[in-house]
Amino acid sequence: MSKNITLLQTKDVHKSYKLGQAKINVLKGVDLEVKQGEFVAIIGASGSGKSTLLHILGALDKPDKGSVKFDGKDFNKASSAKLNHIRNKNVGFVFQFYHLLDELNVLENALVPKMAGTSVFGWFACRNRAIQRAKELLSQFGLEDRMKHKPYQLSGGERQRVAIARALMNEPKMLLADEPTGNLDSQTGNGILTVLERLNQAGQTIIMVTHDERIARMAQRTIKLADGVITETN
Amino acid sequence: MYKFILAARYLFKRRISYLAISAVALSVFVVLVVITVLNGISENFKGYIHQSIGDCVIHSKSLVGFGYYDEFLEELERQPYVAAASPVIKNYALISVRDSGGLSVYGDFTKEIIGIEPVSYSRVTGFSEWLGYNRENPQMVFRPWYDPNLPGCVPGIGFLFTRDKMGAYNTADSASPAAFEINCIPLTARGALARAGAGEFSSKTFYYSDHFQAGYSIDWRLFYIPFEDAQLLSGMGIGHKRISAIHIKFTPQTDLQAGCDKIKTLWNDFINTKSDAPYFNLLERASVQSWKEYSRMMVALVETQQTLMIFCFAMIGLIIVSIIFVVFDMIISHKSKDIGILKSIGTSNFSVISIFMLFALFISIAGSAIGTLAGWRFLVHINEIERWVFENFEFQLWDRSISSMGDIPNTMNFNSLLIILICSAGVCMLGALLPSFKASRAKCVDTLQVAQL
Repeated sequence: MSKNITLLQTKDVHKSYKLGQAKINVLKGVDLEVKQGEFVAIIGASGSGKSTLLHILGALDKPDKGSVKFDGKDFNKASSAKLNHIRNKNVGFVFQFYHLLDELNVLENALVPKMAGTSVFGWFACRNRAIQRAKELLSQFGLEDRMKHKPYQLSGGERQRVAIARALMNEPKMLLADEPTGNLDSQTGNGILTVLERLNQAGQTIIMVTHDERIARMAQRTIKLADGVITETN
Repeated sequence: MYKFILAARYLFKRRISYLAISAVALSVFVVLVVITVLNGISENFKGYIHQSIGDCVIHSKSLVGFGYYDEFLEELERQPYVAAASPVIKNYALISVRDSGGLSVYGDFTKEIIGIEPVSYSRVTGFSEWLGYNRENPQMVFRPWYDPNLPGCVPGIGFLFTRDKMGAYNTADSASPAAFEINCIPLTARGALARAGAGEFSSKTFYYSDHFQAGYSIDWRLFYIPFEDAQLLSGMGIGHKRISAIHIKFTPQTDLQAGCDKIKTLWNDFINTKSDAPYFNLLERASVQSWKEYSRMMVALVETQQTLMIFCFAMIGLIIVSIIFVVFDMIISHKSKDIGILKSIGTSNFSVISIFMLFALFISIAGSAIGTLAGWRFLVHINEIERWVFENFEFQLWDRSISSMGDIPNTMNFNSLLIILICSAGVCMLGALLPSFKASRAKCVDTLQVAQL
């Protein structure tokens, strides 16, 4: 995978929220470019706007002003159906609190993006292949014995690995991780970071949000966000 | 596919779902039982009326009646769609009971007397099936067993006997020799008093030969006597011979309305041939009606009660919509994290609505299945249950010693069940629609942030 192809580009992204009568400007013109296969860490203090930026990069939220181009497609010009499609096929999310579906077991949680992206008949056509892939991913993350378990039966680290498997199910072009180790002890967190590192080495583009500079150092590039603007890029 | 899985898991894993299922089950149970019983009462009632009238009636509202009936009965016999026809005399009488022959009836009563030819009348109506002692031989119905030469009469069972608390009449094994003096005011074909100045009543004493039980109010009201006697007592056998009505039964393959239309045409053609005959005006006053039209007033009462009950159930439906609405609102507020997760993996708003609508459908299916099963079992044993409740707590759904209705009707109607199930599904979907729509509009980022708190 070439590292010279631009996968994601933002220009002058602004975002504000209303808190009662007050208007809080979270992002104040963010310009960013991420190449294919890059591992980028966005760091910043709490409230600096890094999670908001990540949501905008993953088409979960829309900027008030500015543009986000993913793989040449402008999010501003895309319909909501198109954005759903992008989120399903091209973007994988890993959240701090794992956000697994409690009613489904590990295997089903990993399969959800595939099921969501296909019709009922389409699902029956690709079911066996999808299950095979989900099992491979879960085995890759050491969860082969946990496939029938429910999320509440897993440890934090195991849950996060299930979340990563789910995010990778549809082979997305970009993996977005929002404080993926924030809710884990350091040893488990390191395990998760190793997983992310290995994925990146295999060519996966990763954008990770963290407030921990030590963790950010594992990325190839670090972008520092303060008061809604990028202040430093290493 | 995940929609089915998620909806099914929500159904089994959320305790609040059981509340919604219980609400639906209870409603389906109540509606099914009440509709079945009410429909049964209504259908039984209509059945009794139909049986007592036949399919079609040519009748005069005037007590004077109409003539030339023999000719028209011959005409009717020639029609391939007519299975049987019978002339009937109807009048009102003062009945005096002085020698009750051991029955508890004594005194003077006003009753509606019906003069019939028992054999032809039994072919048109269910008369022979209602009889107490002569079901197999309706031709013997007016011949008292204790003296076949005496003129017999057939009073309604409700007039002669009282019912016990379980609704059974205390009849005897055979008719007791009770005498009933029937007094009528005879009218001429012109409508004048036939016996003016000579004692206005015509009287005859009849003897209890049998009784009838049709199953509704006529069991108290009617008094059957032989056709010829009724004709004489009411003055219809004096001079221009007349009757009050002709009751007609169609062949089984004849459609009711089509048959009645043919009879109307036939009757109109017949009276046109009589336009120059004496008392033609009496023929003009007679009308042709189907049994439904003829008994419209009585049937309307029952149907009004049914309509009112359906309205009450619509109110219950509103309560169920509210319960489902509240349950779904609660479930969706608990499931905001799931909505955020699903949206983050590219699920559309429509798919979010689909998940919760499927969930509502599953609740409706589960609740309806339980409600139907419970309703069916309850209906099968409803009479046993009522008897048990009566024996232990002295409570009856209706007083059997007063009402003509015996057992509680408990035959489930498939069409009614289908409508109840469709309504149940509709009500659940309606209750879930707004919360589902609200869920679909939820912002992914907001729901995930709320879930983190």
